[in-house]
Amino acid sequence: MTFYERMMNLDRRWVYLVIGLVVVVTAIWSFAVPLYVTPEVRSVYDFVESLVPGEILMIGVDYDPAALAELHPMSYAITRQCFAKDVKLLLCCLHQNGPGMVEQVVAQVAEEYGKVNGVDYVYLGYKPYPGITILAMGQNFRIPFPEDYYGTPLDSLPMARTLTNFDNVKAIINISAGSGTEYWINYANGRYNAKLAIGVTGVMTADYYPFLQSGQIFGLIGGMKGAAEYEYLAEKGGYITREKGQLWASKSMPIQTTTHIVIILFIVIGNVGYFMSKRKK
Amino acid sequence: MGTAELIWNGVAAFLVMSIYSFLYKDNPFYKFAEHLVVGVSAGYFAMILYYNAFLPKLINPLRAGQYWYIIPGILGLLMWARFSQKWQWLSRPTLGFVIGSGAGVAIPLYLQNYVIRQVHATMLPIGFTSWPLITNVLIIIMVFCALAYFFFSKQHKGAFGAAATFGIWTLMVGFGAGFGMTVMGRVALLAERVVFLRDYFAQLWGALF
Repeated sequence: MTFYERMMNLDRRWVYLVIGLVVVVTAIWSFAVPLYVTPEVRSVYDFVESLVPGEILMIGVDYDPAALAELHPMSYAITRQCFAKDVKLLLCCLHQNGPGMVEQVVAQVAEEYGKVNGVDYVYLGYKPYPGITILAMGQNFRIPFPEDYYGTPLDSLPMARTLTNFDNVKAIINISAGSGTEYWINYANGRYNAKLAIGVTGVMTADYYPFLQSGQIFGLIGGMKGAAEYEYLAEKGGYITREKGQLWASKSMPIQTTTHIVIILFIVIGNVGYFMSKRKK
Repeated sequence: MGTAELIWNGVAAFLVMSIYSFLYKDNPFYKFAEHLVVGVSAGYFAMILYYNAFLPKLINPLRAGQYWYIIPGILGLLMWARFSQKWQWLSRPTLGFVIGSGAGVAIPLYLQNYVIRQVHATMLPIGFTSWPLITNVLIIIMVFCALAYFFFSKQHKGAFGAAATFGIWTLMVGFGAGFGMTVMGRVALLAERVVFLRDYFAQLWGALF
């Protein structure tokens, strides 16, 4: 077996080992990486920034703990920005394993800012069948959610009394790790013309750029890098601070950088091995 | 960090390492962690579904005397007939209802939002005087070439073949972007877990020594 053939047949566990070592070393001896903010992330931040106290923003949280690393930082940063600006939040969850994610974010951030359930935010809870639930919410939030997540009738919550449907919220930000985003685009924006932005996992990001270009969504926060960009803007705006450990995604960006360099090197080595072994034949 | 939190985070750290041990080879630690994830997820989902859908959307209305809710209840029950070869035909009315209503709601909206609005988004002003106008030209050429590749009624030869080949390159660029973002997503998951392990072991060291 020639050197190039050996290169082609390298045991994948060596790749895992090298990547593992690089990740661990970077996690221990971290460094700062420069970050530039893309227009699609800035437009979400600027929109939230433009909201005045008392206005309502809706956040659809459709992810489970498997996507926590990429999407939780977005949820935290947006929630902190809203509560700092006294913007009210309407939250719902259309992912079966996600209700706990919303509760974790909103309970922690509400305590930080002294916000009260039912007055400053309403958590509608979870309902199955996202498409049907979104269509019903477009008519009246009370159809799919007569009560909030904690079992309180919506009409007995001060904030919810003035709420009817998507017309009463300034925009919807869907933070999702699955097909939920399709339903929000198709039904909330497509059927009810609701203003929509999305925050999605890295895997999904490339699929949703066409909707940004067509204007069906006004902003896109893509994966951990998008979350780090949002955190960067929120830190500059004074909504989150590094000292309190509120920059979650940004902490992992040096690891992203070094790991990507290693993966690119492996791709180059693999390609060199492929073309050289082909030439030998 | 209190003792209880230290113990629970220790359990989480053990499970994370059990899952990653699969990268070397399959082993009982990985199997245990995998089965635990599947079991907990299924149990959690079942309870969430019961308290957020079954109870408020079927049981509570029936208790309140809204007996017409029995109709969707029966339709739902009929779906269980799928498990029997002899009785599975009973599930057809329910399936018919779900597919019919679903298609009726979805098809016009999908056509509008995934076809018409996307086609509309490619009808762009073009020119060579500014960068946005040049990228618009590029978008239009790439869309046509990618579509040419999927046109199989004409042989891919000559100018048409060249367009189809450029269409393949367009698709490759799309796949490349998708692959890059996928790598970023997977690395993000690994990075977050490694940061968690780093913080946990630092706290454990602090608590012990």
